[in-house]
Amino acid sequence: MTRVPIARKVLNENDRLAAELRRGFETHGTLCVNLISSPGSGKTMLLERTLASFDPSRRVAVLTGDIQTDNDAQRLARYGFPVRQITTGGACHLDARMVAQALGDWQPDAFDLLLIENVGNLVCPSSYDLGEEARVVLFSVTEGEDKPLKYPATFHRADLVVLNKIDLLPYVPFRIDLAREYLRRVQPEIEIVEVSCTTGAGLDTWREWLDRRARTAERHLSQTAELRSPPA
Amino acid sequence: MHEMSIAASMLEAVEAESARHQAHVRAVGVKIGELAGVDAESLRFCFETMVRDTELAPLSLEIEAIPWRNRCRRCARDFPVLDYRTACPHCGSTETDLAGGRELEFAYMEIDE
Repeated sequence: MTRVPIARKVLNENDRLAAELRRGFETHGTLCVNLISSPGSGKTMLLERTLASFDPSRRVAVLTGDIQTDNDAQRLARYGFPVRQITTGGACHLDARMVAQALGDWQPDAFDLLLIENVGNLVCPSSYDLGEEARVVLFSVTEGEDKPLKYPATFHRADLVVLNKIDLLPYVPFRIDLAREYLRRVQPEIEIVEVSCTTGAGLDTWREWLDRRARTAERHLSQTAELRSPPA
Repeated sequence: MHEMSIAASMLEAVEAESARHQAHVRAVGVKIGELAGVDAESLRFCFETMVRDTELAPLSLEIEAIPWRNRCRRCARDFPVLDYRTACPHCGSTETDLAGGRELEFAYMEIDE
């Protein structure tokens, strides 16, 4: 028996597809955001509030993942932006192939912002790169404040944590100071935005974060363009 | 429960490797980091269930657990992160970066010649 060393990732194929998607997004200056949370934390509601606040001319598209039903796509389509449902038919997470298939005939340069709502799950989505530029993890005050400690793999990779339903703080035994402490324990430099999708509190800060990241994606694009065609 | 999809990806790789060497693969070694979000025992369960009754059997899975490690930006030393303590135990700096623990990688395969 011979031992052959094999140095490659287990999810090599997913990572290869994700890298292809990422190159496409970068080439066109599209900010791609992967939104992850447990079921019921308010991903769809956050997207609804976000889309409702956008100028209709904004070049934004949404992919929304669920195991079954296109309920979320129907909810999100009301805001006039292109929305596609990914029905995984049982899979507990989105993968890069599902995203590539769902993008289908959409032209890669048609959008400045692509929002992907992952399947509600705090574990499995963390292993699958979708080619996103930013990973946003949502969690809400109706869950335990120790979620970050229970699901460190997911919170450790978050570029931003949105803490939702803060309007319910007076009614639930959730200690927000502990939640912040646990988040920082998993990732000391973590960025946290506290919002209520019901009252609208904090949503401006979330949109500013999104706009800032979108501008950075565009800036990369113009810099790349300059590199390609240096001034004569 | 994404361990089933991960086990399926692993079996595809074993098949490819088996075809490439034109030999039976006896064992596959993988590294799973503490922060990979993969449960070793459920992966083993899925893997064994999927291998059974296929041409790949017998095939054993050897899992190496890789602990979470950070590296200090100030003193450049590496240390294990225990109980989420990411501050550097050597110089006390809180500015440290991930140095290991996200692995979900193949390490080796054992092949009959």
